[in-house]
Amino acid sequence: MAFGGPKKSGPGGRGKAGDKDAKGGDKRRGGGFFRRRKVCKFCADKIDDINYKDVKLLSGFVPERGKVLPRRISGTCAKHQRGLRVAIVRARQLALLPYAAD
Amino acid sequence: MSSKRTYELIYVLKPDAPESEVADMHKQVAEIVERMGGTIDKTENGMPWGRRKLAYEIGHHKEGFYVLEVITGSGELMKEIDRRLKVTEGLLRHLIVRVDESTIKAERARAKRTEESRRRRVARGLPPDRQPGEGPQGDNDDDSGDMMFDVADMET
Repeated sequence: MAFGGPKKSGPGGRGKAGDKDAKGGDKRRGGGFFRRRKVCKFCADKIDDINYKDVKLLSGFVPERGKVLPRRISGTCAKHQRGLRVAIVRARQLALLPYAAD
Repeated sequence: MSSKRTYELIYVLKPDAPESEVADMHKQVAEIVERMGGTIDKTENGMPWGRRKLAYEIGHHKEGFYVLEVITGSGELMKEIDRRLKVTEGLLRHLIVRVDESTIKAERARAKRTEESRRRRVARGLPPDRQPGEGPQGDNDDDSGDMMFDVADMET
């Protein structure tokens, strides 16, 4: 593994987390809690080719509603999110994944 | 210049299609491929393909019969197949994707990574390849869950 650095990052470890604290009374964002640093699954597992046929893999990034899971939640890097989107769109065409579910 | 390229073709037949229809469809495709100087490298309609549930209903069908074909040929060939499939009845969906470029890209990325890790290991004075029983495999051992993000994170 390339990065042996600390896995957890404290509050304020990520860019703009600070100003969100000030606004809302969100306890989860407050001090004391350690949040696991999100890592891009495709980088970590060394998946080079995000394939539209791999429904099992893709469905992890398509929540119940059928939308694509945003990067801020999944932690996927920009490059892989792009590939992921294409794969999901292709899988949708073939009814392997839903467009929308209610 | 019409170069050889690799494509994947997936089509979805109606679930109630008899076996003869599946074979017929395959024959139609094979005929076009042959006529235009291509080859079918692989045909799959067993697991995970074949009969499977659709993610959404298509014309009151809840299931479909999936067939995957890997075809090598020219772009014109695939265009012709696409045209034919578009006018074919009894076909729920079809998709053609060019795969050679992405496969090469993935291979290149993999090669680059192994080379990089070898270089690093040599720089650290280790043999270029990982020895058996040498520390943990990766550092994601604490990540037992299949989902790597906590749902509590979602801002709904």
